[in-house]
Amino acid sequence: MTAEGATLGIIINPVAGMGGSVGLKGTDGEDVLQEAWRRGARPVAEQRAHVAVSRLTELARPLRVLTGSGESGEDVVRAAGLDVEVVHESAPGPTTSADTRAAAEVMAARSVDLLLFVGGDGTARDVLAAVGDAVPVLGVPAGVKMHSAVFGTSPSNTGHLAALFLAGSPAARLREAEVMDLDETAFRSDRLSARLYGYARSPYERHLSQNAKAGSGASGEASLRLAAQQVAADMRPGNLYILGPGTSTRRVTDALGLPSTLLGVDAVMDGKTVGADLDEQALLEIMQGRQTWIVVGVLGGQGSLFGRGNQQISAEVIRRTGRDHIIVISSLEKLVALDTAALHVDTGDAEVDAMLAGHVRIETGPNRSTLFTVKA
Amino acid sequence: MSIEPKEYQAPVWNEPIIHQMGAAGRRGVLFSRVEDEIEAGVGPASALIPEAARRRDRPALPELSEPEVLYHYLRLSQQTLGMMGISLFGTCTMKYNPSVNEAIAWRPEITEVHPLQHDDTLQGTLEIVHGMDLILRELSGMDQFVFQAGGGAEAAYVNCAVTRGYHAARGELEQRNEIITTIQTHPSSAATAATAGFKVITLMLDENGYPSLDSLKAAVSNRTAALMVNNPDDMGVYNPEIKEWVRIVHEAGGLAFHDSANFNGIIGKLRPREIGFDACMFMLHKTFGAPKSGVGGPAVGAYGCSAELAPFLPSPLVGFDGNRYHLDYDRPQSIGKIREFWGNVPVVIKAYAWSRSVGAEGMGQVSDLSVLANNYMEKGLLAIRGVTRSHPDATSPRLEMTRYSLETLKEETGVDIHDVQNRMTDFGIDAPWTSHEPWLIPEPFTPEAGEMWGKEALDTWIAVLKQVSDEAYSDPEHVRTAPHRQAIHRLKPGAVDDPDTRAMTWRAYQRKTGR
Repeated sequence: MTAEGATLGIIINPVAGMGGSVGLKGTDGEDVLQEAWRRGARPVAEQRAHVAVSRLTELARPLRVLTGSGESGEDVVRAAGLDVEVVHESAPGPTTSADTRAAAEVMAARSVDLLLFVGGDGTARDVLAAVGDAVPVLGVPAGVKMHSAVFGTSPSNTGHLAALFLAGSPAARLREAEVMDLDETAFRSDRLSARLYGYARSPYERHLSQNAKAGSGASGEASLRLAAQQVAADMRPGNLYILGPGTSTRRVTDALGLPSTLLGVDAVMDGKTVGADLDEQALLEIMQGRQTWIVVGVLGGQGSLFGRGNQQISAEVIRRTGRDHIIVISSLEKLVALDTAALHVDTGDAEVDAMLAGHVRIETGPNRSTLFTVKA
Repeated sequence: MSIEPKEYQAPVWNEPIIHQMGAAGRRGVLFSRVEDEIEAGVGPASALIPEAARRRDRPALPELSEPEVLYHYLRLSQQTLGMMGISLFGTCTMKYNPSVNEAIAWRPEITEVHPLQHDDTLQGTLEIVHGMDLILRELSGMDQFVFQAGGGAEAAYVNCAVTRGYHAARGELEQRNEIITTIQTHPSSAATAATAGFKVITLMLDENGYPSLDSLKAAVSNRTAALMVNNPDDMGVYNPEIKEWVRIVHEAGGLAFHDSANFNGIIGKLRPREIGFDACMFMLHKTFGAPKSGVGGPAVGAYGCSAELAPFLPSPLVGFDGNRYHLDYDRPQSIGKIREFWGNVPVVIKAYAWSRSVGAEGMGQVSDLSVLANNYMEKGLLAIRGVTRSHPDATSPRLEMTRYSLETLKEETGVDIHDVQNRMTDFGIDAPWTSHEPWLIPEPFTPEAGEMWGKEALDTWIAVLKQVSDEAYSDPEHVRTAPHRQAIHRLKPGAVDDPDTRAMTWRAYQRKTGR
């Protein structure tokens, strides 16, 4: 951040969330958008953007906002009385995914202190594709689907968090947050197919208690690292360990000194990688004749265990491994921050889902675990 | 008495650090030279310190006159935030500590004795310790107490060590290596269990505000060594299924420990042993009226257990044969020592004085008043805009505390719990306690009224929070920039968490600040 002021990028996907009220489960793609308009959907993103952006006036330091023209940001930012610079002109007609990406690229090139976007998982994906981990990203929840962990809890809280972060408050820290998205075509026909697209650097609020009794709080990161070291140390010789995608399981491979496929599934045996970025078929083959364990993290802001972002570990892989051979690893802080009190499984196989339901043990630290309910 | 929020202004002294005060050569007291005759008898004073422990250079101590030192610390004490206003610090059971009890504990009969004296010369002190043991047995239903632990967490550790001894004696320690606790039990249960070498399983809450029986059943197995649980917990929630919990753990062969830290809500009403618990722990510096003194001590975690576990207790135990009090060291199954000697005896004496003055009937009134005061406050607090209760639909009873949330206030005004804490101190109210970590409830606060404060004090506390809420909606900036009338404007959050800036010594301060 420059001494004189902060720079913020704002991208509004004006059609985000429109499909939800008319039963479309998303608004990605022009045909679907037309259908949403036809069904009488009304834009919701602008109102949500307005709530979030109005919270930025809390910020004491000067703020310069880079944004897209018209409804993709300019209108809302001007209405809030903030200093605005339009860095992307949308082509005539509805704003598209290409507009989001183009605007985000300019903002990354200008090294904004934060990129605040208003939308859902589809918008998050577009932003991530354009900026990667070059700049911090935070989502104002406005979409139909929000499985990604880059969103604040409400538009108002997200605006507040953005202001805290831009003010340099130590209460707002950066974490790696999953960007996930469902395949809307499949979703609309009631089949689910979610992918983990990557990790954005995203601010979150970690409350710092000032009283002695609460202490400084156990470091979730340190606990998780130690939990991962223990999982690695407890690996049995000759047994195959399937490691799901994500940063929690990456800590296990880190502990073993092995490379990992962040968004894919790897297999490890006797301290060596025996398969990288495996699909279902490859997993079933490599499991043949071996005692197998599955190590997974909890994915997304909605607490998915299987079926979202790790479909490679299919119902058949889980069935053959057995419930007793599933090791779940997560920080307690992440579990507490979930939108839900239960973890979700959706393997596409009712029998396997039923097998997984009930209480699952989650390793949260060295010799520390908790139980969470799993719902199909 | 008026309950109007008081206009308050803390003194602002801009007091320097003591190392920055004084002048070279300045002294408080000048001691005369050791007389020749004495020196000839015992040698030079420096020779009393073993050669290896003697320092080579003089210490870089501040050099001040006696009044400079006294005024310095007086001014610092005037600038403290705590223990000056209405203090309803949740889970701490803040009580007034009667002066007469202090006076008793400072009598020479107490201050001039030493634990290495012969038992025959300690009969009065031992009688008081034994008397406190009997009072706690009556309140808990346990068969033996020990006062060695220097606080609640150390008593929790005693429990883990006793649990280890018990299972080892039965040849099951290797198999029974798990201790079950809950997320709203004090974190020291999980921490001490881990320190003692157990694996810890922490149960989460369900929508009723306590963990479900199903989750306990899923956690219990033939590996279970013990359950360690608060009840009421750190949100004031009483688990109505607790008897069944203990039964399930016993059935699996585990022990059940009741962390009675929040006993103020049930004192005189129920005995942990009668619910089935094998052991419990009281904090004499909380529930029993000895000074809590923030979190600094001295303190006593009184640990009590059933006759079956008593052989494993730390040594010595104070015994009475009907005629004479004695210290019993001959206990072959004892876990040994948790701390030197037999505990912080002055704290035991203050607790004994408090218990005797309150009396058996008064103990029941303590819990009645605590629960009544908390539920009275709940009515007033929930009428304030932006305040909600945790687990709003739960039917489980709230006893001496309630966990509230300012999530709505924050959502609507941007003002969070820390801002509210800061602003409340402007009215001479001690900042309310939030919650142990991790926070399960957003923007939490947890007042504990206790039995000591009158209705006017509780009404004042409620009126202050109402005023702060009104300000949050009308002038949020004023609350966000609070405190305005305190000695120190605002601590930079995070500084105490950052190893690069926090300094525990003057030398570290100079190094880290480059001054």
